[in-house]
Amino acid sequence: MPDNPDARLLTVARRRQTDVARRRYTRTAGEVHIQLMAEELEDAATNPEAIPDRRLALMFACAHPAIEAGMRAPMILQTILGLTAMDIAAAFLIPPATMGQRLVRTKTRIKDAGIPFAIPEREDLPGRLDAVLEAIYAAYAKGWTEIGDTAADRLADEAIWLGRLVVSLLPEEPEAKGMLALMLYAEARRPARRDTKGLYVPLEQQDIALWDEPQVMAAEALLRAANRGSPTGRYQIEAAIQSAHIARRVTGRANWPTIIALYDVLLQLTDSPVVILNRAAALAERDGPEAALTSLDTIAADKRMADYQPYWAARSHFAARAGHKDEAHKALTTAIGLSTDEAVRQYLSGQRAALNDG
Amino acid sequence: MRYMLLIHQNEAELAKAAPEAWQAPAADYAAFTEALVKAGGSPGERLQPTSAATSVRIRDGKTDVLDGPYSDTKEQFAGYFTIDVPDLDQAIAWAARCPSAKFGVIEVRPIRVQTGAKA
Repeated sequence: MPDNPDARLLTVARRRQTDVARRRYTRTAGEVHIQLMAEELEDAATNPEAIPDRRLALMFACAHPAIEAGMRAPMILQTILGLTAMDIAAAFLIPPATMGQRLVRTKTRIKDAGIPFAIPEREDLPGRLDAVLEAIYAAYAKGWTEIGDTAADRLADEAIWLGRLVVSLLPEEPEAKGMLALMLYAEARRPARRDTKGLYVPLEQQDIALWDEPQVMAAEALLRAANRGSPTGRYQIEAAIQSAHIARRVTGRANWPTIIALYDVLLQLTDSPVVILNRAAALAERDGPEAALTSLDTIAADKRMADYQPYWAARSHFAARAGHKDEAHKALTTAIGLSTDEAVRQYLSGQRAALNDG
Repeated sequence: MRYMLLIHQNEAELAKAAPEAWQAPAADYAAFTEALVKAGGSPGERLQPTSAATSVRIRDGKTDVLDGPYSDTKEQFAGYFTIDVPDLDQAIAWAARCPSAKFGVIEVRPIRVQTGAKA
């Protein structure tokens, strides 16, 4: 990390910000606010002492309770990290045009309602922090999925940097530590996610020697520190799931019963189809592929799953293992069609070819 | 920024309350109004209940007069006050101090700045 990460990150954010502003601010009056936020960032740049606070203050303005809950994280992604409406729409499973309109409306609202750029009072912090963490994690997830793209790698770096910033400014918040741990677990495995030919390698087949040990240790330490605080939230649980996964480093096998138990706790907190999907993968390991398929049937009717690539990839994987060749073939074809990453597409095509041969 | 805080409360529920139940809120309101004025706010006005309201509109050049409020809602618009504060958080703090917030709802609305007179 450079000596002055604040300034570096700010430059990146400002550059993106200016691009966004240049592209769009002439379109509607609401876009004036982008300009205003760009000026805020500019001010912060000339006053290095205030930089971390200033960026955090901007994030908290976006996470204000007077903003519709579903728009808080998207606003942070656009104004702080400069993501496009299309990228944000994909991350939140919402049509891009709808997301674009909502972002414009929200910006207008921040300005018109007089929402302040300030770190909230202690008592208001927990509720507001959720949206800030959600946005940072969504940015990381975006940078994580698009592995070959250097701009995406940089986005992952920025997300981790923001995570560290939140942890350093709010050291008493266990969920901030939990989220940073979660990102570091994922980051530690980055070198193992592609083989020497650039092909996708699923988690359970990754070469443990390629996992970044210092990052793993940092994640484990953060998770322990987070667990000393209370209450336990989704990021600590997700980080604990990662910790149970990488227990393979020591025991040779991921701790599936613990992983399933942690997903059960997570389901009580979030009720998300993505959690059911991830839990099904652990179920397949503990109880076999039929149990996983039965679990996936409970979310099959969810409209958001229709074009969610990981759902179809998982479905095909379990069906193939259960010997349902036709279903596996159909699901694989859908998954290939929905993939945006070339390495993943090739991996899945390989799976489909193996299915036809076997 | 200037904000108008619009007080909405359930008239029917409040009408059912015994007169002595009003003593505490009345004292609270007096204290609130004093603090508000000290902070440069305006205590605004309290309205008669919607049973005294009349709604007027002109359609096709014809004046249409109806008894009752503009819209039938569970809570009714009952009064307002204004405050000049730097941001929404402080306006929200004033809304929370208003005694009606305990039994009704306070809507916080920024007052539109006249064009040419930017705040």
